[in-house]
Amino acid sequence: MNLQRRTTLKTGASFALIAAAVSAGVLPTSAFAQWNKNAFDAKTLNDVVKAMGGTTAEKSGDIAITAPDIAENGAVVPIAVASKLANVESIAILVEKNPNALAASFDILAGTEANVGTRVKMGQSSNVHAIVKAGGKYYVATKEVKVTLGGCGG
Amino acid sequence: MSDPMRIRAQLKDGGITEVRVLMAHVMETGQRKDSAGATVPAHHIQSISATHNGKAVLSAQFGPAVSQNPVMNFSFKGGAKGDKVTVSWTDNKGGKRTDEATIS
Amino acid sequence: MKSRNWFATITAACLSLPMALNVVAQQDAQKEIERYRQLLADGNPAELLEMRGEDLWKQKRGPKNASLEACDLGLGAGKIANANAVLPRYFADVDRVMDLESRIVHCQITLQGFTREELTKRPHSLTVAERQTDHEALTAYAVGLSRGAAVNLPQAHPKERESFLRGEKMFFFKGGPYDFSCATCHSVDGQRIRLQDLPNFQKPDNAQRAFTTWPAYRVSQGAMRTMQWRLYDCFRQQRFPELAFLSQASVDLITYMGVKAKDGKMDSPAIKR
Repeated sequence: MNLQRRTTLKTGASFALIAAAVSAGVLPTSAFAQWNKNAFDAKTLNDVVKAMGGTTAEKSGDIAITAPDIAENGAVVPIAVASKLANVESIAILVEKNPNALAASFDILAGTEANVGTRVKMGQSSNVHAIVKAGGKYYVATKEVKVTLGGCGG
Repeated sequence: MSDPMRIRAQLKDGGITEVRVLMAHVMETGQRKDSAGATVPAHHIQSISATHNGKAVLSAQFGPAVSQNPVMNFSFKGGAKGDKVTVSWTDNKGGKRTDEATIS
Repeated sequence: MKSRNWFATITAACLSLPMALNVVAQQDAQKEIERYRQLLADGNPAELLEMRGEDLWKQKRGPKNASLEACDLGLGAGKIANANAVLPRYFADVDRVMDLESRIVHCQITLQGFTREELTKRPHSLTVAERQTDHEALTAYAVGLSRGAAVNLPQAHPKERESFLRGEKMFFFKGGPYDFSCATCHSVDGQRIRLQDLPNFQKPDNAQRAFTTWPAYRVSQGAMRTMQWRLYDCFRQQRFPELAFLSQASVDLITYMGVKAKDGKMDSPAIKR
C-alpha cells in the first residue's frame, strides 16, 4: 500500500473539513487568528477599538503598563501590560503618534495570565495605550514614553 | 529560510510558567526608503500562536511597529517541568517558523 | 554688610534653583535610561546569533569539509569556554598576538581551507536589515561561552607586552582633522556622547565595564557588532584612516583595553542603544 499517498489524502480531507468548519463558524480561529488589517491600519485609539469590535474604551486603574519613562532608542521600547480585571480576553499595545497606532495584540486564552510584553518602535515621544478587553468590554490605560532618538530612521 | 526562535520556558512559584520568545525577523515597516529612494516593502510577522502540550495558550498579532528581532513574554498556569511549549509565527510574505522548548 | 549679604543670598537662591532642578531632572533622566537598559537586558536578540554561530561552528564546512571544533583559541584545541577572557594573547604557531576574531579566521583557514581573502572581504553586516555575517555569528557563539569569566590577558611573553605598549601608544596618539586621540574622550571623567557615558580607560571599573560588554547587540542597528567593528567605528568617528579588519593595530588596541580591564567579568554579547 502507498502509505505516503494515504497520508496525503487524509491530510487533504482534514484540510477541507477544517475549512468547512471555519467558514461555518464552528471552530474557534484562535490558533492562528486572521490578522486584523483594519485594526492595524487604524490611526487613533478609538478607531482601533472599533476595528476590534468595540465602541469605546473606558479608563481603568486595573491595568498596569510597565515601560521606561525615557527610552534611549525608539527602535526598541520595552512595553509590558498586566491587568487585574476579571475575564481578560485580549490585550493590545498602541503607540499614539506612530503612523498606525496598533503595535501588537494578544489573545489571552484560558489558563494564560493577563500579563504580556514585547518591544515596539516609537517614531517620537508619545502616549502608549494598553487596551484590555475583559468580560466583553474594552478598557484603556495610558503612559507617556519619551524617546531620545526616534526609532523609524533605520 | 528563517532562523530558529529561542524559547525559554521556566516554571516559577505558584505554578506559573514564564515564557520568553526571541524571534529572528527583520520587521520591515514599509515606511523606510532605501538608498535609491524606493520604499522598502513591509515585511513583518503577523500572527503568532503558542501551545502547551498541544493546547493553545496564546495567540498574538504583530504589526510592523514591533521591533526588529521581536521579543515576546507571556505566562500561563498548568505547566510542569518537562512539558513542551511550541511557538509558531507567520509573516505577511508567507514566511513561517515553528520551534519548541521544554519547560525547565 | 548685612543687607547686601541678604540680597546676595536671594540672588544665589534664585539662580541656583533652576540649575538645581536641571541637575535633578538630569539625574532622573539618567536613572530612567538606566532602567530602560535593565528592561532590555533580559531578551537579547544576540542570543539568536549565538545559536546560529554554534550551529556553524559545529558544521563541516569549507574545502576541507571540517568543523571548527578543533580550533585552538589559546586554551587548547576545542576549548572555547572562557577563552575570550584571556584574548588577545600570543600564539606560538603563528608567532604573534591574536585577538578572538583573528583566531577564528585563522582556524577557518587552517582547519576548513577557506581563503583569507574571502573571509575578510565583508566581515560585518553593514546595511539595515542585512543578514548578519557568518563571522559575526561565529564570534557571538565564542564570546557567549566566556560569560562570567574574569578578564586576565597574559602579559608574560615579550610579544604580548609589545602589543600592549603599541596599543597604549596608539590610544594616546593624536591625529586626524580633529587632532583627536582615543584618550581625548576615554581618559577623562564625565565625558558623554548624547546619553552615552564614555568610559575612562584609566579607571579599572570603567575599562572593565567597556571591555566586558563588547561584542554587543545594537538596538539602533538591529544587529550584533563585534569588538573589531567597535574599534573600526571609533576610528571612523575620529576621522582616522580606516582601521583594517584584523590588523596588528586593531589587535594591539584590544590588548591595551583588555589589560586595563583586568578582573572584569565577561558579559557579552551585551545589548546597547
